[in-house]
Amino acid sequence: MKEKLVLVGNGMAGVRVLEETLKLAPDDYDITVFGEEPYGNYNRIMLSPVLAGDKTIDEIMLNDEQWYVDNGIKLHKGKKILEIDRVNRKVIAEDGTEAPYDRLLLATGSTPFMIPVPGNDLQGVIGFRDIHDVDKMLDASKQHKHAVVIGGGLLGLEAANGLMLQGMSVTVVHLMDSLMERQLDKPAAKMLKKSLEEKGLHFLMEAQTEAIVGKDHVEKVRFKDGSEIYADLVVMAVGIRPNFELAEKSGIHCERGIVVNDTMQTFDPRVYAVGECVQHRGLTYGLVAPLFEMAKVCANHFAKMGIGRYEGSMTSTKLKVTGIDLFSAGDFTGDDNCEELVFQDAARGVYRKLVVQDNKVKGTVMYGDTIDGTWYFDLMRDGTDISDFRENILFGQAHLGDSGHGDDNRIALMSDSTEICGCNGVCKGDIVNAITEKKLFTLDDVRAHTKASSSCGSCTGLVESLIAHTVGGDYSVAPHLKPICQCTEHTHDEIRESIKSRELKTIPAVMEAMNWKTEGCSKCRPALNYYLLCQWPGEFKDDSQSRFINERAHANIQKDATYSVIPRMWGGGTTPEELRKIADVAEKYEVKTVHVTGGQRIALYGLKKDELPGIWGELNEAGLVSGHAYGKALRTVKTCVGKEWCRFGTQDSTHLGIELEKMTWGSWTPHKYKMAASGCPRNCAEATIKDFGVVCVDSGYELHVGGNGGIKVRATDLLCTVKTEEEVLEYAAAFMQIYREEAHYLERTAPWLERVGLTYVKERMIDDEEGRKAAAERFLYSQKFAQDDPWEERAKGGEAHEFTPIKKLG
Amino acid sequence: MNLPQSRNLDKAPVKASINERYIDMSEWIEVGSLEDIPSQGARVVERPEGNIAIFRTKEDSVFALRDHCPHKGGPLSQGIVTGNKVACPLHDWKIHLDSGEAVAPDEGCAARFPVKMEGNKIMLSLTPDEGCPNK
Repeated sequence: MKEKLVLVGNGMAGVRVLEETLKLAPDDYDITVFGEEPYGNYNRIMLSPVLAGDKTIDEIMLNDEQWYVDNGIKLHKGKKILEIDRVNRKVIAEDGTEAPYDRLLLATGSTPFMIPVPGNDLQGVIGFRDIHDVDKMLDASKQHKHAVVIGGGLLGLEAANGLMLQGMSVTVVHLMDSLMERQLDKPAAKMLKKSLEEKGLHFLMEAQTEAIVGKDHVEKVRFKDGSEIYADLVVMAVGIRPNFELAEKSGIHCERGIVVNDTMQTFDPRVYAVGECVQHRGLTYGLVAPLFEMAKVCANHFAKMGIGRYEGSMTSTKLKVTGIDLFSAGDFTGDDNCEELVFQDAARGVYRKLVVQDNKVKGTVMYGDTIDGTWYFDLMRDGTDISDFRENILFGQAHLGDSGHGDDNRIALMSDSTEICGCNGVCKGDIVNAITEKKLFTLDDVRAHTKASSSCGSCTGLVESLIAHTVGGDYSVAPHLKPICQCTEHTHDEIRESIKSRELKTIPAVMEAMNWKTEGCSKCRPALNYYLLCQWPGEFKDDSQSRFINERAHANIQKDATYSVIPRMWGGGTTPEELRKIADVAEKYEVKTVHVTGGQRIALYGLKKDELPGIWGELNEAGLVSGHAYGKALRTVKTCVGKEWCRFGTQDSTHLGIELEKMTWGSWTPHKYKMAASGCPRNCAEATIKDFGVVCVDSGYELHVGGNGGIKVRATDLLCTVKTEEEVLEYAAAFMQIYREEAHYLERTAPWLERVGLTYVKERMIDDEEGRKAAAERFLYSQKFAQDDPWEERAKGGEAHEFTPIKKLG
Repeated sequence: MNLPQSRNLDKAPVKASINERYIDMSEWIEVGSLEDIPSQGARVVERPEGNIAIFRTKEDSVFALRDHCPHKGGPLSQGIVTGNKVACPLHDWKIHLDSGEAVAPDEGCAARFPVKMEGNKIMLSLTPDEGCPNK
């Protein structure tokens, strides 16, 4: 028999738990829902746009009544629960309706705080919390002129903005001398106030309300100093209180909210609570992202999976007022132990402040240009040491902003037709519409529905900003390190660590040990395959079915399902014999396109899959082997001719390049890996945009790391200068091995280096000589198992099933 | 008024005729045995009218779809197979092997071909199921 699950509170948090539970354990529960409001579940954070006239109520419904029917959920709307009978395990509603439970979920939310002044119960005095309040405001705006909003915080300003757009003259009354003082410092608050005044809002600062005056209906608001202003409508937006009356009355331990543990259970383990009504580790939350995180953990527990824990949320704030970009997160005031980094350009309306302690970001306030907010938030969340780029940090992350969308960073000011995702041609308007119409909250949702940010990823920061801007004050990016994919809760680092320490040697072993929820997906299986082969060279049996087609077929798939063939040219050199062979096979196989690649090689396009082993065999005859142009692997070592020919050359860069390529070819890496060796500082081989680049100088060799061309050019950082070719080879092997062992799958050296810091890499590579030599040794050991030409093996008939149809008809 | 009902009535005979054809042995061709396809993999039946991909899941279920992603025509046989889904190698659309439908929110389908096991032999019908325009 199914267990009975009862939800009290038909809002976003509670219903999200149900949705997640239905996904994980669709048949485990008979579900009953009680909601006080006479609606299905709607998106409370979109009430501001409804008030502003941008949305209708219908557009913000998340779960209409049909949803409850479709999922077999009994919905009692408009029924208030008065009592929880914990002894007999049932809830009792106002009208006498009873529902027994095996597990009970409380999601009773919060109520607006009405300041205790005379007249706060007059007609025309309301909070800003639900559809009913919005209706009253919209009605008032049609009949009256003067609105007063008490409270200059997030909610108050959104309400004021909405009422102003409905044509009212709005005055915001604030007790403090600075708006949104819990999210903004004074300079940012001042800029915000100025922008809002320009839009037409009026402010009364440091004004303490003494009474609301009127006969039946509000007429005036009076302040402590005796002054008065006219008011036809007063909106109280001074704060919210967790609503835990029902829980407290039922003897469940409450303090400032319903006290819950990390699995969202109250002191009665059959009773769970999520959302704004709870107090977790001493904190209460009024934003959406934490609610969703709680919901996930709670659903996990309902589904008896027992692996999720809620460990608190780190939140950030945005204001949903058209044309205003602000962002705030963490501790933005700091103390004596903190330093402040500040950038201010009043004329452009840009302000950003970072609070830093021990070279770690503790908090940030941004106004105007907030595109880097998510980056600062990531730095804060990950505790990244910023000393390597501290001098530039205020100018933002260079990775954002100029791949197909110019340097237009001000999300709020972008027109709907501004293209955000250059790969898939997705505009701002498409994304905003999808977020609001399809009710999306996360980056993954937006990727699935719009395809924005799902190809090269260079617009991810912009898309996150758009989500934040559209869903408004309630968005935060994931508070914890992200899991590798939706199949598991574990991060890349946790998985790599377990593979090593628990000696896991197959993909199924990892999945079992790390609680995989599925049999893997096209994201995690290639990653696990790589992690295992990197950790256990010679022992792990490669799972070709867990590789992307290019690596499985040792050729690049093209848009018409044909393949390309790119043989290796050591250090970019070739011979007449090789060229003759390439010309011969190109004619024999009627190659459609012959093209010179950026990595100093020749590519043949348009080959059918079953032709590949044949062409490879012929290329092998001239000594040409796989160039691994298709793999997350060592690609090319680009060189110039160096001192052998060039009158400026200082060292034999061509020879060095060949040596590097001979040492490293065949190795698999987290992402593609490119090297180059230039014979002099003129750097014709472009070594300073490679993963590992050598620039020869008269006195030796400069070693550069962490560069790439691609989506966003990143020039390398100089690691060190060495004297001999032997040293170059040792450093190259050690750097590649440390990257292989520590980067996340599909993370190139550039983002890896930025994540761990150049200082760290220098510690490992320069300060720790023994460690460097050991890493180089490990690299050379793993190469013993990697340097077999995959083309030769297949040309001789290996893996035949991959290249031949199971049957030919007609 | 009775549209849903009459639609069902319309559908019934069609289904029956497909089932009859299933029974007609002449329509079934043997394409190979289970061991010919790697677990969590696929092989292709080549034919001038368009290739058919034969998939084998981890649980050794066998499915056949037109080897043509509804998105941009990518060869589904070359994708990564997980569970009862395949990820297209071109743009990573996920396609349900049992229905040929794209995983929501993407929309589209690859026609499904009847396939059955006789002992270890994989038997394929070249008549695609109704209901998918992408044949």
